[in-house]
Amino acid sequence: MSSGLALLLALIAVGGLYSATAPESTAQDSGLSVEAMAGQEIYENGCITCHGRNLQGVEDQGPSLIGVGEAAVYFQVGTGRMPLAQNEAQAQRKTPAYDDAEVNQLMAYIQANGGGPTLPDEGDLREGELAEGGELFRLNCASCHNFAGRGGALSGGKNAPALTESTDLDIYTAMLSGPQNMPVFGDNQLTPEQKRSIINYVQTLKETADPGGAGIGRAGPVPEGLVIWVVGITVCLVVCVWVGSRA
Amino acid sequence: MSTSAPARPATPIGRAASGADERLTIAGPLRRTLNKVFPDHWSFLLGEIALYTFVILLLTGTYLTFFFDASMEEVVYDGSYDPLRGVEMSKAYATSLDISFDVRGGLLMRQIHHWAALLFVAAIVVHLMRTFFTGAFRKPREANWMIGVALLVLGILEGVFGYSLPDDLLSGTGLRIINAIIMSIPVIGTWTAFAIFGGEFPGEVIIARFYILHVLLIPGILLALISAHLLLIVKNKHTQFPGPGRTEDNVVGKRFFPVFAVKSGGFFMVVFGLTAALGGLVQINPIWLYGPYNPGLVSAGSQPDWYVGFLDGSTRLFPPWDLYIFGYNIPPLFWPTIVMPGILFTLLALYPIIEAKLTKDTAHHNLLQRPRDVPVRTAIGAMALAFYTVLWISGGNDLIADKFNISLNAMTWVGRIGLIVLPPIAYWVAYRLCLGLQQHDRQVLEHGVETGIIRRLPHGEFIEVHQPLGPVDAHGHGSLQYGGAPVPKRMNHIGGLGRAVKGFFTPIEDAAPRHDPALDEERQVELTGSGRPKDTEA
Ligand code: HEC
Ligand code: HEC
Ligand code: HEM
Repeated sequence: MSSGLALLLALIAVGGLYSATAPESTAQDSGLSVEAMAGQEIYENGCITCHGRNLQGVEDQGPSLIGVGEAAVYFQVGTGRMPLAQNEAQAQRKTPAYDDAEVNQLMAYIQANGGGPTLPDEGDLREGELAEGGELFRLNCASCHNFAGRGGALSGGKNAPALTESTDLDIYTAMLSGPQNMPVFGDNQLTPEQKRSIINYVQTLKETADPGGAGIGRAGPVPEGLVIWVVGITVCLVVCVWVGSRA
Repeated sequence: MSTSAPARPATPIGRAASGADERLTIAGPLRRTLNKVFPDHWSFLLGEIALYTFVILLLTGTYLTFFFDASMEEVVYDGSYDPLRGVEMSKAYATSLDISFDVRGGLLMRQIHHWAALLFVAAIVVHLMRTFFTGAFRKPREANWMIGVALLVLGILEGVFGYSLPDDLLSGTGLRIINAIIMSIPVIGTWTAFAIFGGEFPGEVIIARFYILHVLLIPGILLALISAHLLLIVKNKHTQFPGPGRTEDNVVGKRFFPVFAVKSGGFFMVVFGLTAALGGLVQINPIWLYGPYNPGLVSAGSQPDWYVGFLDGSTRLFPPWDLYIFGYNIPPLFWPTIVMPGILFTLLALYPIIEAKLTKDTAHHNLLQRPRDVPVRTAIGAMALAFYTVLWISGGNDLIADKFNISLNAMTWVGRIGLIVLPPIAYWVAYRLCLGLQQHDRQVLEHGVETGIIRRLPHGEFIEVHQPLGPVDAHGHGSLQYGGAPVPKRMNHIGGLGRAVKGFFTPIEDAAPRHDPALDEERQVELTGSGRPKDTEA
């Protein structure tokens, strides 16, 4: 026990010494591209406290980013989830803190450290079969994000967000990186074509008007029940009182 | 009065009518019906909402049967809804999609039908509450109360079967839960579920079976029960609230024809307009978003319609206890979905008998009670409502958790604690409220109506002048007895200030002339309560 502790202390001491003396040389030695070096600078200002000097992660702060790939960075930083605000239970979509160029630089830096899933090739991310996308969406995504992509509660105070604001690339990179409780849908689970079908389906649904009138959240019977009591029964009661008071 | 027999009718309508009467002898009963007197109170219209929505359900439902095919045979969809074209699905789902996208007026009819169904059950519940809180279920109307409870239960079942028909992902999820509930019944559960579903879930017959129940059997029973319900109202006469001239042996109100009939006709149009507006403007049950049923899938936010929500809630709140009784495993689902509603509806149906037993009240009652005058009953009702409401809200607790960023586990515990704590609180609050309201009525009877006039006495004290409602004794205290009737609380209720002029933004009538006490004498005569009931309309 005490020897373990001593070892740990020694390791921390060595690590501290190393990080105090070595950073310059690593950057030079690793042969990073100019873009990646710019990314490293951003990383050291905005991310290092939680993800560690060498992307190895910091206990209780943030996971290791080695090998997560540029897709994960695009998703996390592009949707504004990262940098995480302190004490946030679950990263929320918010206005991104970095512009596109800076996101690209961060992506290059993290991709250069261990590789990982990359952004899809150029091309239309909706180039897929609509109906097949619907089938795949219901099969793989609806259990968390609801049948119409309106989100839902998960256990433990977490939730799967609505996909209303997601761009094509957000959806693609979400599938590639599997943030938080969401499973990773690598190219073995869903081929790039299938991913494009899903994106086509999700985005088409969002852009299609509700044929039946007001969509009331597309959240199923609960808002419907609310409408019948708050609107239906209230109107009926008012009319009852009104008719009842007429001679 | 003429003594000679009436002449043969001269007009064509008259001749047709007398021809009909000669064959069917309906003039007598018809006259009696048309002359029936209905008391006037807004809350007596609540049952009518249920009646009218039922009619709307029959009409729209019939239209839907022309196009719906209750078959679970697999087909490939090739209708006009793009995102599903080419997908394999049951015929039931495909024809529901066709109704929504390819049948003229089909989507509107589907939506009106569903909104009307939600309104139907809601109206029954509201109507039941008015019957409960006013004591209208007491002797001789116990039977009609029980018919009412049967209507409620059948209405819910009818809705459940309807919800299952389109065979979309939510329908199927509902069916699977129904299957699991039936399976959870000890001893006979598995066998019964197999019998109903024709084998393993989902099988191939369940939609066709539910279809017959939904369009034939249950509507037939509902129709018969509603007829019995209405006949019993005619037979027992309608109840009325106590008030001047109203006794246990008369009915003061408007004749069925023309006043009540015109009002009812208008009211039907309003209810119809409301469901049509909802059907046209607000989307309900968008089955195309749910996709075809697939036993392997469940979407987030899968919910039943509101009237089944309380069972969903009780399932979510009930602890997952797997019990063994006499060697039989009783799955946790059994308690919240069979035992709990069984107890609830039995108590509801038997309530008139239970109350009569406990209060030893065996008298006939044609006069209603105001909720405040029966604090214990009102409090019991409030308690039951609190219990039901907690279950109901818990049925949607995942959506609430999601929309308001509360943890789902926290919602479950709030529900469990609320279920135990809130009903007694509701009982106590309602009880206090009743006593308070009664107290205020008695005060007004004793001291009179507040006039709003403040007078300063010679020694400097300020008092508010009260208008006594009747003769006063030497101390200026009223001698009117409390009788359970509404007590006027403002000067314009007793003619002291003139009635408020009607009109929403601008007056639509001239201000009434100030009240002449001499007219009161005349009105007293009008309000006779003897013999045949008299119309109060001047
Ligand atoms: C306050 C601490 C904090 C800061 C600052 C922070 N992160 Fe994170 N990061 C986390 C946590 C915690 C997670 C894991 C939980 C999650 O995904 O929400 C995470 C996850 C990630 C992931 C996903 C890892 C995976 O396995 O897919 C990426 C990529 C990432 N962060 C990038 C960044 C970048 C780039 C920055 C700087 C712009 C940054 N983070 C700043 C705490 C932080
Ligand atoms: C087990 C539940 C689960 C499944 C299954 C799942 N997700 Fe997610 N998804 C999540 C959670 C949780 C998040 C939020 C992650 C975060 O905030 O860090 C999320 C986030 C997302 C986002 C980001 C939303 C935004 O803010 O723009 C997208 C897009 C997404 N998911 C798409 C999908 C798609 C497409 C599928 C199916 C292929 C899928 N998800 C399957 C749980 C799930
Ligand atoms: C299909 C559903 C129903 C329809 C169409 C319906 C219709 C009506 C109508 C039109 C009336 C007369 C007006 C009124 O008093 O409101 C009435 C009275 C009555 N209803 Fe219903 N009702 C339904 C369900 C119920 C339910 C669920 C209950 C109670 C459990 C109930 C109990 C009663 C009783 C006891 C009366 C007599 C009340 C009185 O005379 O004051 N009914 N019903």
